[in-house]
Amino acid sequence: MKNSLLSFFLKIEPDKKKSPFLHTLYDGFFTFAFTPDHVTKGGVHVRDGMDLKRLMFHVVIALQLCYLFGTYNIGQQHFSALGMYEGFLEGFHLKIFYGLVQILPLFVVANVVGLGIEFFYAYKKGHGIEEGFLVSGALIPLVMPPALPLWILAISVAFAVIIGKEAFGGTGMNVLNIALLSRVFIFFAYPTTISGDDVWVAGLEKVDGVWTASYNFIVTGLFNPVFESFGWATYQNGIAVVDGYSGATPLSLAAKGGWEAVTARFTPEQMFWGNIPGSVGETHKLFVIMGAGLLLYLGIASWRIMLSMVLGLVVTGILLNMWDATPAMNVPWYYHFSMGSFLFAMAFMATDPVTAAATDRGKLIYGFFIGAIGLVIRVLNPAYPEGWMLAILFMNVFAPLIDHFVVEGHIAKRKSRLTKLANS
Amino acid sequence: MNRGKFLFLSLSLFLSSLTEVAAQSNGEGSQFLLNSLFVIAALVFFAIVIQVSDNLMAIEAKRIGADKDGNHFGLMPRFYELVGSKLPAYLKDEKVIISKKGFNIPLEGKAEAANLEVSVYRFALNPVNFKGISPIPKVVVEIGDSVKAGDPIFYDKSQPDFIFSAPVSGEIVEIKRGEKRAINEIVILADKTQQFKTFEKPNIAEASREELVKSLASSGLMTLFLQRPFNILPQLDIVPRDIFISTFDTAPLAPDLSYTMKGQEIAFQAGCEILTKLTSGKVYLGLDGNGDSDAESIFTGVSGVEKYYFRGKHPIGNVGVQIHHIKPISPEDKIWTINVQDVAIIGKFMLEGIVDQTRMLAITGAELNHTGYAKVPFGASISDLLSSEEVTAEHRIISGDVLSGTEVSKEGFVGFYDDQVTVVAEGRNYELFGWLLPLDMRPSVSKTFPGTLLGGVASAANTNSRGEKRAFVVTGEYDRLLPMDILPQQLFKAIVVNDIEKMENLGIHELVEEDVALCEFGCTSKQPLQSILRSGLDVIKAEG
Repeated sequence: MKNSLLSFFLKIEPDKKKSPFLHTLYDGFFTFAFTPDHVTKGGVHVRDGMDLKRLMFHVVIALQLCYLFGTYNIGQQHFSALGMYEGFLEGFHLKIFYGLVQILPLFVVANVVGLGIEFFYAYKKGHGIEEGFLVSGALIPLVMPPALPLWILAISVAFAVIIGKEAFGGTGMNVLNIALLSRVFIFFAYPTTISGDDVWVAGLEKVDGVWTASYNFIVTGLFNPVFESFGWATYQNGIAVVDGYSGATPLSLAAKGGWEAVTARFTPEQMFWGNIPGSVGETHKLFVIMGAGLLLYLGIASWRIMLSMVLGLVVTGILLNMWDATPAMNVPWYYHFSMGSFLFAMAFMATDPVTAAATDRGKLIYGFFIGAIGLVIRVLNPAYPEGWMLAILFMNVFAPLIDHFVVEGHIAKRKSRLTKLANS
Repeated sequence: MNRGKFLFLSLSLFLSSLTEVAAQSNGEGSQFLLNSLFVIAALVFFAIVIQVSDNLMAIEAKRIGADKDGNHFGLMPRFYELVGSKLPAYLKDEKVIISKKGFNIPLEGKAEAANLEVSVYRFALNPVNFKGISPIPKVVVEIGDSVKAGDPIFYDKSQPDFIFSAPVSGEIVEIKRGEKRAINEIVILADKTQQFKTFEKPNIAEASREELVKSLASSGLMTLFLQRPFNILPQLDIVPRDIFISTFDTAPLAPDLSYTMKGQEIAFQAGCEILTKLTSGKVYLGLDGNGDSDAESIFTGVSGVEKYYFRGKHPIGNVGVQIHHIKPISPEDKIWTINVQDVAIIGKFMLEGIVDQTRMLAITGAELNHTGYAKVPFGASISDLLSSEEVTAEHRIISGDVLSGTEVSKEGFVGFYDDQVTVVAEGRNYELFGWLLPLDMRPSVSKTFPGTLLGGVASAANTNSRGEKRAFVVTGEYDRLLPMDILPQQLFKAIVVNDIEKMENLGIHELVEEDVALCEFGCTSKQPLQSILRSGLDVIKAEG
């Protein structure tokens, strides 16, 4: 089976000179399916089994629980806005399939656009396709609102990959985190689609001033007949939301009315278990923690960044609690972990090795400032209810500077050690 | 008892302040504080119980007299017992350097502790083995000449006193030349019975340093030294700051140096005495401190040298790493290093007046039928050494270890400084999803491989490159593999952009290829770190 597949692959290899783009494409897929038969030449004779593909793929594996829950939660939030199927298993098929209808296009568009650009640049530069977008493409759908228009997603991904990455030289060279860059692009270019109270629940449309359920033809035309044939519940167009409904997230509630306003709508347990509106993949805190735990256990993500980021949040949170001047400041610091996307940003965004500080000590400083600045933005800035995206991008820019000072300090320490030992 | 009192006081202070805070706040916060108060109270209760029983145990131990020689009896381990491994008894009064960094690559095919019967007829002296030699040396023999072991073969044109001598007696059968008439190999067909050129034995006690250097240079034994920075042949007019010797090798499948040195105690001691005369400083011996009990090795008994024990994983056995921890090289310093077997060769020269360059060579690799040690002079022919083995094009023969050795053909010869030959399989095959779901075991630093997770299961490695070269992506992985106070990734980047000042500041002088070989092995981006380092060293050397 393996051999016939291999010989098939080897047979269809396009000519490198005649059709270079096809060859680049072929090379990308072939090296994905088969590790090449290259052997070491000069230098070490035996190499570690770890390569960039494997490393990146383990991050994708760590994201899988977030994907599963994100798919479910799109449906869950949609139906709880309508006041239907509040229980976990009630209307399960409706929630899952509705979630899939929302999340699959996000995933496909993000990856087709991003990978397409990567393939094109690999062909232009004449080198192999690099794996950088494997993780970015998995992260981007998770940090977007579920009902984001796909054309906006496509533009933002194209912007992030071309301006953020390829302009700097490709994988490993970018200054800013690609997934966050695409999000921040939407944040500033199309702010109404990614902020406010109306974007975090999919499938609602304002008809005569009332939010009502609205499904596209795929959902009603494809799934409804199938579900009917099983005798299951189906999607119903035009159901109005429950009285007094608001799609506000805990963060926007906290910005307006502090911790009391948050607890009037959500319980802390609800926020921890992810049954809240928000970006697709960040709501379930336990699953994010499990993903982070996997990355830490396998030694893929830096524990220094995660730890110092938590410390930065705790210290800033306690200080803000003591200050207590606005409603948002009275949110107890320990609940900042379960509100919003701090944990997701900590586990998957700040630990991106390319854009984070490179030195061990630099990572501690880098993480601490993300934790501190992110919380300051979250609590003090009324225009931006969530701060991690901006804090991480801000510190991405400063990471080389942090490294510079860490390296200078290291050099000074080395010099003093040398003189000390020379005199001994 | 003081400790208990202090603990109690501070805890009660802490508790009272917490109660104060709890009384002041209200709502959610006070609930949380009350909960934490309960938790703290429970913890305090258990702490008191443990503290009391701990003291009772200690009292009882004292009463029955078990409390001798610093043994600690009690319920709770002391702090130092928890952190770090406790040093074995034989290291208590020694200078010990411990490092947690590094990685021992688990490979199959270690040399068995047995001598192999090999008959080697052809030997070669290869100028390419020597770094820092002027391009075309002056050859003083011709094809057909008979030489004795120790007779000069060629000399370095920039240092005419620096002789490279014959490893064996026999007939010069071939002088292979390469491009621009560079000399590749001078091949000697060995005599059945070896004849040694006799030298005048210098008097160790009275001879001056100049006489000793002259005597070593004229017999070809100065070639055994390497000078750092740059790992080049020593300059005869330089007095090294110190001389360093590592007495154990942690590289994959490396020979057991205690085994190779069996029966050479006297020669080794004599060699060390010569070395102390060659330097203005000291001779440092790096000893293996990894064992749990004192292994009776010939190195522990050597006198007149400074001994340091090293505990840790590869590359802790590299002399460069040991120098860094004992007394690092500053850009102005020049130090010499030498292998243990070569110290014995020098010792034998001083004792008997002959150049007997026989070494124990480890024949290793999972692909071989028989591994073990072969006692041969340096420059032995590979095909003679491996005559009983089936080595095909699917195998790679390495003179040295798999990390920093050199690939040689079957018609080639063992490198001058190498005490090991490794045979590994070539990995020229496609693997379906090999990067994700490997079917066979492979060595890795990463815990994403079950073999590493289980604590390092040995595997028969092959030479597949395991992925393609990429830009630097992962940070901090080299730091874990280099037990030195150096920022490797920043250094490599400085070399790549040719920033000479930064290279020097970051400590490029302290490194040679073998020290960063493990980083190259573990590099996720498959960067050629050893050749990057060498290009940086070349730039620094050219700058002067």
